[in-house]
Amino acid sequence: MNNVFVYCEIDQFQVEEVSFELLTKGRKLANRLGVKLEAIVAGTDIKNKVEQQILPYGVDILHVFDGKDLFPYTSKPHTDILVNLFKKEQPQICLMGATVIGRDLGPRVSSSLTSGLTADCTALEIGDYEDKKNNKTYTDLLYQIRPAFGGNIVATIVNPEHRPQMATVRSGVMKAEIINPQYNGQVIYENVSDYVPAEDYVVKVISRQVEKAKNNLKGAPIIVAGGYGVGSKEGFDLLRKLADELHGEVGASRAAVDAGFCEHDLQIGQTGVTVRPKVYIACGISGAIQHVAGMKESGIVISINTDPNAPINDIADYVITGSVEEVVPKLIKYYKENSK
Amino acid sequence: MKLKIIVLAKQVPDTRNVGKDAMTPEGTVNRSALPAIFNPEDLNALEQALQLKDQFPGTTVEILTMGPPRATDVIREGLFRGADGGYLLTDRAFAGADTLATSYALATAIQKIGMPDIVIGGRQAIDGDTAQVGPQVAQKLNLNQVTYVNKVNKIEDGKITVTRHIDGGVEVVEAPLPILLTVNGDAEPCRPRNAKLLMKYKRATAPMERTDDMPYKEEYEKKPYLTVTQWSVADIDGDYNQCGLAGSPTKVKAVQNIVFKAKESKRLTAADAEVEALVQELLENHTIG
Repeated sequence: MNNVFVYCEIDQFQVEEVSFELLTKGRKLANRLGVKLEAIVAGTDIKNKVEQQILPYGVDILHVFDGKDLFPYTSKPHTDILVNLFKKEQPQICLMGATVIGRDLGPRVSSSLTSGLTADCTALEIGDYEDKKNNKTYTDLLYQIRPAFGGNIVATIVNPEHRPQMATVRSGVMKAEIINPQYNGQVIYENVSDYVPAEDYVVKVISRQVEKAKNNLKGAPIIVAGGYGVGSKEGFDLLRKLADELHGEVGASRAAVDAGFCEHDLQIGQTGVTVRPKVYIACGISGAIQHVAGMKESGIVISINTDPNAPINDIADYVITGSVEEVVPKLIKYYKENSK
Repeated sequence: MKLKIIVLAKQVPDTRNVGKDAMTPEGTVNRSALPAIFNPEDLNALEQALQLKDQFPGTTVEILTMGPPRATDVIREGLFRGADGGYLLTDRAFAGADTLATSYALATAIQKIGMPDIVIGGRQAIDGDTAQVGPQVAQKLNLNQVTYVNKVNKIEDGKITVTRHIDGGVEVVEAPLPILLTVNGDAEPCRPRNAKLLMKYKRATAPMERTDDMPYKEEYEKKPYLTVTQWSVADIDGDYNQCGLAGSPTKVKAVQNIVFKAKESKRLTAADAEVEALVQELLENHTIG
């Protein structure tokens, strides 16, 4: 009772990365609260295929729902599973990915249970909340921290009275960490028909076309982009190191692509991809209008350039005057030292 | 076949033009301080509805919105583009609603209107970006839902087929009517205003927008289509405990304003101490990490 639950998303038999990230976060929250971490996975013919992917993240109880029409995902059956399981188990927290599936499922579940849901959280913490109006103090609530209002504010949301406290988190925001490859969690094979009435399978997926994207520039919260000033392919390897460290993606300006420093599909700008990350680190990018058009809606722009008058500096929040090969290794070093 | 379609539309503050008065001290949006626009993805939804109306003559498309009286703008805009009518939910008791309280109000109003074949809205609104209201309305009406729709492909034998976006691809889905759909920004843009409809509906108003000194007051008696239906909580037989701030399980604990001062950049050198201070600052305000 009152445990932390994570809904694990799958692509057929493969658990999605975002779910590992949430399990890692869920484990930390459960430790802080002194409760168990439970996970839910639902699909078709998944028995003995998914358990060992999930348990190593420190899952104490894994609920497996293996049924004929549970993959591909449709809204009602997966909602039924969560709602009926939660009525029984009374979780205090439920996390899911801010993916197409999570953003379809989460609100439906929250509406069924009349519980609060916060979308696209960028941080989750445990803390107290004082309701001054009603003179009540709540301890150990989930702080659901998210940018709102077009990224102009960061709001901390709490759900004082309703359970579970639900939150979705985008892929790449949290870090995935295996606790123990042999983590001794319990697996429960649930009887799907106890949870999902037969008439709820009416929505049919007729066809699916999924291409694994080579990169996730469009949805990336953090982008490290390189321009002509990066100077070489090796210079881009350095950017990739920084991006990996920050859980971000590498992008490029047209000049860098044309110079052959990186692949074409990394190009950001009018003729490339349009991005709106939370943080855009422009490395050796002068800032042609065409490039700026593809990134001007970024939250925070950090420009690293030897030229203090590079046009991109006009739209940057932080300008570091220096060379890419000097500054980027320092960013990596101090990020490692200062992040937990 | 005639369809009955309700389009969920929201008037949103244009988050691209945010000033310092944007938020109230309680952490809710100060809508009066901001330019208000038709939520972009709701326009994509309206277009899908209007295409169905083109395809199936006799189909009705009505706009449902919740907001202050000036939110009637989105209903007028819908009428100019081809909608047949609209409903404005307006009441102080609706104010401060989170997504759950909003979906309660919308679902209750839809029950009052009478169950349509299709409820359709944008995937999400640009002021909240939550994408929650659509699925929550569907749940409250016990409707099936298909979110992230790019296109309605066909309707046949009581079944609708749509193409929708999924992570890394697309999916074609078939579902029985009635249904709730949410539409992506990638879907076709909405048709422009029609000049004839603009002339016809330019004086369409909700009763709360009217004043006694309006020169064309008598028109409203002769032309009933110029009156936008306006409902309060009581009009939809709503439960006050499930509306507005009172019906919202989520509470805003704190708001941190990160509106940037017209991009006044902070200048640093590559010195170790400065780079480290920057990293610490970004970690502290949750920008990275």
